[in-house]
Amino acid sequence: MLDFPTWKKAWLWLVTLACALAALPSLVALTGARWPAVLPEPMVNLGLDLAGGSHILLEADSRQVAQQRLETMDESVRAAMRLAEPRIQIGDISTSGGRLSFMLANPADIDRARELLIPLMNGTGLRSDWTLSVVDQTRFVLTPTQAGLDQAVKDAMSTATEVVRKRIDALGTREPTIIRQGDLRIVVQVPGLQDPTALKALLGQTAKLEFKLVDQTALPSDVAQGIAPPGTQIFPFAEGSPQQGQSLAVRRLGGIRGDSLTNAVAGVNPQTNEPLVNIQFDSQGGQRFADLTTRNVNKPFAIILDGKVLSAPNINEPILGGAAQISGSFTAESANNLAIALRSGALPVDLTVIEERTVGPDLGADSIEKGAVALLVGLGLLMVFMILTYGRFGLYTCASLILNVLMILGVMAWLGGAAALTLPGIAGLVLTVGAAVDANVLINERIREERARGRRVVQAVEAGYKEASRAIFDANITNTIAAVIMFMFGSGPIRGFAVVLMIGIVTSVFTAVTLTRMWVAGWLRRARPADIVL
Amino acid sequence: MKLLKLIPDNTNIRFLRWRIPFYAVSLLLMAASVGLLFTKGLNLGVDFVGGQMIRMTFVGQPAAPLADLRARIDRLGYGEPIIQQFGGPNAVSVRMRLPEEGAERAAVAARMTTQITATVRQAYPRVRIDGVDSVSGKASDELFSDGMLALVLAAIGISIYIWIRFEWQFGVGALFALVHDVTLTLGLFSLTQMEFDLNIVAALLTLIGYSLNDNIVVYDRVRENLMKYRKMPIAELLDLSVNETLSRTVVTSLSLLITLVALLILGPDVIFGFTAAITMGIFVGTYSSIYMATPILIWLGLKSDSFVPAESAADRQERIARGEA
Repeated sequence: MLDFPTWKKAWLWLVTLACALAALPSLVALTGARWPAVLPEPMVNLGLDLAGGSHILLEADSRQVAQQRLETMDESVRAAMRLAEPRIQIGDISTSGGRLSFMLANPADIDRARELLIPLMNGTGLRSDWTLSVVDQTRFVLTPTQAGLDQAVKDAMSTATEVVRKRIDALGTREPTIIRQGDLRIVVQVPGLQDPTALKALLGQTAKLEFKLVDQTALPSDVAQGIAPPGTQIFPFAEGSPQQGQSLAVRRLGGIRGDSLTNAVAGVNPQTNEPLVNIQFDSQGGQRFADLTTRNVNKPFAIILDGKVLSAPNINEPILGGAAQISGSFTAESANNLAIALRSGALPVDLTVIEERTVGPDLGADSIEKGAVALLVGLGLLMVFMILTYGRFGLYTCASLILNVLMILGVMAWLGGAAALTLPGIAGLVLTVGAAVDANVLINERIREERARGRRVVQAVEAGYKEASRAIFDANITNTIAAVIMFMFGSGPIRGFAVVLMIGIVTSVFTAVTLTRMWVAGWLRRARPADIVL
Repeated sequence: MKLLKLIPDNTNIRFLRWRIPFYAVSLLLMAASVGLLFTKGLNLGVDFVGGQMIRMTFVGQPAAPLADLRARIDRLGYGEPIIQQFGGPNAVSVRMRLPEEGAERAAVAARMTTQITATVRQAYPRVRIDGVDSVSGKASDELFSDGMLALVLAAIGISIYIWIRFEWQFGVGALFALVHDVTLTLGLFSLTQMEFDLNIVAALLTLIGYSLNDNIVVYDRVRENLMKYRKMPIAELLDLSVNETLSRTVVTSLSLLITLVALLILGPDVIFGFTAAITMGIFVGTYSSIYMATPILIWLGLKSDSFVPAESAADRQERIARGEA
């Protein structure tokens, strides 16, 4: 037990120093001094609650994804039936209950219709995204499969994460963290961001842009009451537009979506000085836009963003170059936001902010300072107490305590972003210092007892370390259980606390048991004391 | 050099003689805590009930102008604010309700933050906005259920570990001591109406871990003594175990308290509640390891031979053959 060959000592010191020295750059930074640039510089990462910044949790609604799939399927089915040779006549398509169902006008078409539908239902690989059943010989019912739906949600979320990343990058914020969480959530963390209003406005915008022809035959009284004539949809005007509060009927089919843009930039109208957004379609989209505008000169078309009509200008002449302007009561900022949103693509699903935490920068600095003072004072008092209680053995405890603090910080510095120091983490650090002495107390008390039972010095020390190790082990396992559960269930700051506890458990066993045993063994060998004061 | 001895050698306090009155008091306190939780309840923060909390510090002022602040924010028409001191006397948290789910909520939250901070800044130019927390009802429900699940899982996980390492009586004893510690700490939070947020759940998890340290040390000694003194009556043996480990219990608890009190007095204001919960837990935990977790072993039927390997049938026959009782 007390035998420490040189290689073992060298190895222990190597581990200790490798961890403890890594804490130095962070400590030097805390005092405000400069760390020499030639040396490696592992730094303890600070959590958002200490560094200041914004944490935003976004959630998507899976029902919306399901609804969109139904709509897409609706369009595909119509197109397939229309394009069939000869055309297959079908009745209205109902999408109620999350299923698609429609009647065939002629039951003889059943096999042809089925053949046309099968390619639409297949997903990737062998999985089928929809199941088809035929009721009463004429009614087709298409039901989405759970696997297909799950895949659609998954795809939508990875696209959404990408879009969120692009938008945040466009804002020019530094080092944002964007992580998928669970099935439907995205966590966005932006260190240093003090006012997340702009960010939230940007992320809250789905940026689904549509150009649709205005239905001029609709009666204004019907539209006002929300009665849509067949083949049309009603959209309200956007907030801030001159027609706010009114609605507009547009043709359901034959429009263009704004998801085929190559660029979007904010600009101003040279005549009126009003902010607007210049967009550029890709070649395919440009072609379709040219067709639409050529066929409908002198008719109004609506520019619809996220289900709200921005404006409904007249098509004065065909627009052939694939470039267009979106006008509609913008401020310079909202025009810029829309340009960013359009450039980064539309979100496949709306995202709602369900949790937001923003921390100012001063609070963190204040907390670090107070935490450091509390740690130093606590450590100082504790060291006095240990020396008073255990004499020479207390001195060893003190040395192991200091190394313990350095090693925890050092390991965190090596881990970098994986283990950020948070506000509760500071408490964890101070607490770990208090708890780390427990191992030494157990050992020292045991040595004391063994001496009282008449054992000789070396045997008493050996028995002390051996008998105490069982309780030390069990106690640390229970603390690990608590810390792991905290890590699994906790959010940001609490995870930081759990990380400190877990690292602290390992380093405190190492410093309080292994290192002190090495020191005590060395002393016993050198001094060969006949008695120990304990 | 003469060393400090808080507990003299050969201390022999007969703790277990008083186990019934102490149990009675503890059970009463637990009942009172549960009663408080049902009547007064916990002052749940936005983490658990949803809503919005803005923290601000009135730099350079001795105390926050609570009444004026309340009046000004009330006038904005978002409902009545809950304003509480938070850390130092010049720091407050302003809590507001948010409308339930829907797209509206996020917009209202954003507008509310802007208006409240603008209003306060206008009246007190030197105010420092320390943070804004905005949690939807859905997110807060999840945080609450996750937190409670974590507590239950930790308590059960640790008890199972102790059951495996010791005997089932020890597992039950540990679980009972845990419930005792957590209940009394919750009772304190209900009594003082300190804000109960996510951090406090972390504190409860921590105190579960640490208060068990004491249990384990005593239990470990009980196990050792059971194997050493097979004939000793169980109550006497438990007393001996508690006394033998008493010095360690006192020194360790004192060490933890030294650092915790330093943290309470000098540490960051924002984690005062968190530190208070752990400090309370250390007190209660030390007491419960002596008076809750240990006597229960007697009532759970721990016998002097609990750790003696069971006698095989062959051994038994041989013993009977030898004519031993």
